[in-house]
Amino acid sequence: MRIALFSTCIVDGMYPKVAKATVDILERLGHEVVYPQGQTCCSQMHVNSGYFDDAYPIVKNHVESFEEWDFDVAVAPSGSCVASLGHQQPMIARHGGNEDLAKRAEMLADRTFELSNLLIDVLGITNASEQLGSYFPHHVTFHSSCHGMRLLHLGTRQQDLLRTVEGLEYTQIEDIDQCCGFGGTFSFKNADTSGAMVADKVMHIEKTGASVCAGGDVSCLMNIGGALSRKKSDVRTLHFAEILASTKESPLKIDGPVSLSIAGGK
Amino acid sequence: MTAVSLGMPRVYHGEGNIFETEAFPKYAAKELTNEQLRANLGFATHKIRTKREHVVGELPDWQGLRTAGSMIKQRVMANLPEYLEMFEKNFTAAGGHVHWARNAEEANQIALDLIRAEGVDEVIKIKSMATAETGLNEYLRENGVEAIETDLAEEIVQLADDRPSHILVPAIHFNRTQIRDIFLKKIDGVSVDLSNDPADLAEASRIRLRDKFLQSKVAVSGVNFGIAETGSLSIVESEGNGRMCLTLPDTLISFMGIEKLLPSFEDFEVFLQLLPRSSTGERMNPYTSLWTGVTPGDGPQNMHVILIDNGRTAVLDDEVGRQALHCIRCSACMNVCPVYERAGGHAYGSTYPGPIGAILSPQLGGIENEYNSSLPFASSLCGACYDACPVKINIPDVLVHLRGKAVDHEKAQGDFKGGKKDPHYQMDAMMFGAKQLFSSGKLMSLAEKGLPMSKLVTGKDHKISKFPGLVGGWTKYRDIPEPPKESFRNWWKKEAPKASRRDSSERVDIQALIEQNKGKVVEAHQQAEQRGQTIAHPAEEKEQ
Amino acid sequence: MSTAKEDILGRIRSSLSDHPSPPEPIRNYRRTSKLSKEATLEMLVDRLIDYKANVFYATEETIAHRIDELLQDASRYVVPVGIKESWLPEDTARRSRIFDAGNLKKAGTLSTRELDSVNAVVTNSTVSCAETGTIFLNTNSDEGRRAITLVPDHHICVVKEDTIVELIPEAFERIDYKRPVTMISGPSATSDIELIRVEGVHGPRTLDVIILQ
Repeated sequence: MRIALFSTCIVDGMYPKVAKATVDILERLGHEVVYPQGQTCCSQMHVNSGYFDDAYPIVKNHVESFEEWDFDVAVAPSGSCVASLGHQQPMIARHGGNEDLAKRAEMLADRTFELSNLLIDVLGITNASEQLGSYFPHHVTFHSSCHGMRLLHLGTRQQDLLRTVEGLEYTQIEDIDQCCGFGGTFSFKNADTSGAMVADKVMHIEKTGASVCAGGDVSCLMNIGGALSRKKSDVRTLHFAEILASTKESPLKIDGPVSLSIAGGK
Repeated sequence: MTAVSLGMPRVYHGEGNIFETEAFPKYAAKELTNEQLRANLGFATHKIRTKREHVVGELPDWQGLRTAGSMIKQRVMANLPEYLEMFEKNFTAAGGHVHWARNAEEANQIALDLIRAEGVDEVIKIKSMATAETGLNEYLRENGVEAIETDLAEEIVQLADDRPSHILVPAIHFNRTQIRDIFLKKIDGVSVDLSNDPADLAEASRIRLRDKFLQSKVAVSGVNFGIAETGSLSIVESEGNGRMCLTLPDTLISFMGIEKLLPSFEDFEVFLQLLPRSSTGERMNPYTSLWTGVTPGDGPQNMHVILIDNGRTAVLDDEVGRQALHCIRCSACMNVCPVYERAGGHAYGSTYPGPIGAILSPQLGGIENEYNSSLPFASSLCGACYDACPVKINIPDVLVHLRGKAVDHEKAQGDFKGGKKDPHYQMDAMMFGAKQLFSSGKLMSLAEKGLPMSKLVTGKDHKISKFPGLVGGWTKYRDIPEPPKESFRNWWKKEAPKASRRDSSERVDIQALIEQNKGKVVEAHQQAEQRGQTIAHPAEEKEQ
Repeated sequence: MSTAKEDILGRIRSSLSDHPSPPEPIRNYRRTSKLSKEATLEMLVDRLIDYKANVFYATEETIAHRIDELLQDASRYVVPVGIKESWLPEDTARRSRIFDAGNLKKAGTLSTRELDSVNAVVTNSTVSCAETGTIFLNTNSDEGRRAITLVPDHHICVVKEDTIVELIPEAFERIDYKRPVTMISGPSATSDIELIRVEGVHGPRTLDVIILQ
């Protein structure tokens, strides 16, 4: 199968290792991954901040970039950005008076899946240890990001895959359905409320005793990880793709300083 | 100034208590420092949330009820003139009187005139959002009439000279000891030994209000539902103060927003199932009253309904935002809202707090209002409110829609007061820059190559702890990790093999695959469960 | 000058200039019960008790005795004129019933002050919804006007078995909206202080329900 990767802007710029992990998993399953180079961002930051006119060229760019390639299905390691494709891009296209673009955005969104959604529902993966060779001998808790949970209805897909990773010990966080307080520009426009929200999230994470908090959206993880870092906590955040990509042969290490860079070549 | 030179306004916004009083972030920041408030709110919202989940889970057809509720309300809005006139006709035929008020001031004036006609200087009141919106109590006081709130929480708030902070439990920001102290100070003749036991406090209220109920000639209420086809009204409540007000006085004056109607009696069966479970988390509230005009010899013989616009027609004017008028004031959205839970109801300024307030107030009063324009941004867009809403108001979508309106309005204003340091200016500049970047993968690639972010990093911590300007809000509570040496895009260009072009004839049938893997979600969950790792059940711990 | 009514209707019509035409509502919820009579009764009792009503059982033969017990040392209690007299215990030297004529304009109707001085009220009911634990009073002659079940502090309410339904829509079919309706689910209560439920505020603090078989 040919799978087009939508890295999302924040993974591309800040967390390239998450995109690399996504590629690793899919290639391990024997699929070909392509990366439409014209892609940038889903436009969510602009839409959620109320800048609809500025979002329009971003939406147009996204749709056109993916139309340049023929692929079977597209994937993104983010529930929020995938939700934005189906939920917001057509609205922005219509706001800009382009019904044709709206339709094309809808078609593209229909073919773009969040990673756990693709792995389970399209590729039939039900056990990460057996089918992906995933190995991660650490104590992990999990933050369920709002848009994956409420807009894509991912349910427990991401946790379920994590829990079948060999060696992984899982503890569920209290108030798992509670927002971490990120919310895009909310996190600095309403900094104090957002700060109070992430403080509670961090408290619940630390209560689990886990050494890693995994999640499916790096934006939330950057928020949570940033608050953990400010508290000088030893708990670190990882995208679940990084954990699924970790194997016995090439295990993901969680000691030493945090680095977001891709280690080594392909 | 004449109407001609100005042109007719497109819409008529409301007045009264529908305005934020300072920018939400600032107000919230102050409230966040109140530890007692935080503790009271956290406890209360978690408790109602758990109760609501339990009773909603009991109904196998909850989603069907929500859909019916949403569709019925859409019908009401689409045919509002017809339903209003139908209600007026039927309520009048049943012996009642209908008045129309364009705005808060008119509604208050009508009520005052009706009260004066009865020759009294004191009225009893049932908790009512509409009268809180119009500021009736203050208006009556200025005109020599005392309005006595009889709902326990409203009574507490009134005795404390405070404002309600929640639709359902207006005194949620006080704990029992604070309430005992208010009662000791404000209720004449109350025992100095009054304990802080809620039962004793409720008894003190019973004693205080008993004579008021038995003697008062005039009561003022809101309305939960009005039924167009029959001219009936309904009020749901718990304490019996509502029944007292609806039954014992001679005159009843009910404030009713024009959106409160239901077409038929049959529709009421839907809402009477949706409201209590969403509101108090009960299968049914202790008392619901339904009456159709005047009943000779039973209850008030002089009955008035004041139909109020006060900005509702402006809400109706917005095709996306008008769904805010479907609200049945249950408060489920605030109980699940992480922002409300921390900032509290007062931070929203208006009578309507929480997520629904964040979309209702700016529409009722206008997004042009300086502080109301901050309300649609008071949300992380987590979506919990939409899931909880019994009539499926898509609050996150409306919030985003209103953010668009707020930005358009703000841009139309031209220069910013604060020049380049104005947060609006910074936001505009940031969004403009990001737009330029995000419109082209080539530009992104170039920009990432010179990633200026990494140059900001100082020190051996490998993180950014302080950022100037708007983003300083982020670094007030969190670090930013050290950016990577290279973006994914640029790494891929170097490392990945060139993919061959292909055409759509080679496409795999994804829908067939999905069909084939239908059971995999359940299977994956079972596999995870079999691993048997510890799973805490926070829901059980929450009950106190 | 136009009236407020004309202005408001005009504003609404202007706001609806896009002519929305939503479809007929889909009523995809239960409107007829699939429960047995026994299960419906059991559900009602369970939910009445859950909301702190007291539940008793009686037959036409035993009901007077049951009411006698429930009235305990009440000295005066009010009943609506239409109440079935065979349900009521004999008056004694210490206790007497008072009939309320049911219409304030009629002779034999108690004033609010008089109602406040009686100890209890006994009435029938129209229909009860098991799923929500709700008893419907429809101001029939054996239920009385609204004030008599409100002011006295103790309400003894008879629920005939054949008036019990499972669902709210089924209950609605049995009431007449033209007469005032009071729906009662347990004694009056408040949760306004720290969300702690306290039974008994302004309405009757004791609700005794007699299921009449």
